[in-house]
Amino acid sequence: MRKAFAPLAVVTGLLFAIAPFVIANAPYEQTMLLIQKIFYFHVPSWVAMYCGLIVAAIASILYLFKGSKAADRYAVSAAELIVVFGLNGLISGPLWARKAWGVWWQWDVKLTSALLLWLMFVAYLLVRKYGGPGSEKLAAVVAIFGAAVSPFVYVSVNIWRTMHPKTSVVPDIIKNPTTGFAGPLLLSMLAFVLLFCLLLMLRVRLAERQDALDELYLAYED
Amino acid sequence: MIFQLFVALFMQPPAGQSEFVPLSQLPESEKLPAAPLLVIAYAVFLVLMVFYVWTVWRRLNKVEADMRTLEQRGMKNAR
Repeated sequence: MRKAFAPLAVVTGLLFAIAPFVIANAPYEQTMLLIQKIFYFHVPSWVAMYCGLIVAAIASILYLFKGSKAADRYAVSAAELIVVFGLNGLISGPLWARKAWGVWWQWDVKLTSALLLWLMFVAYLLVRKYGGPGSEKLAAVVAIFGAAVSPFVYVSVNIWRTMHPKTSVVPDIIKNPTTGFAGPLLLSMLAFVLLFCLLLMLRVRLAERQDALDELYLAYED
Repeated sequence: MIFQLFVALFMQPPAGQSEFVPLSQLPESEKLPAAPLLVIAYAVFLVLMVFYVWTVWRRLNKVEADMRTLEQRGMKNAR
């Protein structure tokens, strides 16, 4: 895993270096024009956050039912990245909305549920930091609950009336590469997913060292 | 006294708007430009990522420093 870090970092760096040029050359959307280009960093941010949700959920289940410490390290690392990528989505969204909708924020079901999902993982980190002994298990339950709720956040735009674009937009773009939106979107998505993997590896390394330090403290106390 | 009178007479604030007149099209000068919002969105991402990597690096350095201190203390106690 550690051997893959450097090549992965190079590939990710290259993707992020060429992304602005590819995005700049992408066609403008008919009604939203220039501001629509936020899309190429907004959607991949949520994709990276959903990657975090999958990792956090699987790792939390493994920790709860198998007691795996390694899984717990993945869970806390993924939760931190959920907060980071979610924050980027929550900032880029209103910047896009201000121009496209004329308002920074709309308390509709999609935006509100996305904010609540993000707050759930902020709560996860707070429980981990201030919950004291045994808080890992409580946090794991929060992560599983958050991951279980996340599909509803995704499909909420198709169920309720909301200003947010429907989930069909991204699959339609990918199915019709001739429109010119698919290339930049897929490149950005790949860059974000690789960045997520890199940051996860880095954060897991930190968690490993923190656990090693805790064991060292315990050894000296004995 | 004369100055205060001058201020009171000639430096009055403009009269308040008495009615609102509807306008169907927003003038070009009033339209919100998209470019600054786009630049802010991309800059926020960059700053956020750099800040996050810096916090991980700082925490990692602190943990490594604590481990070294603990190991040195252990070696002293062993002697």
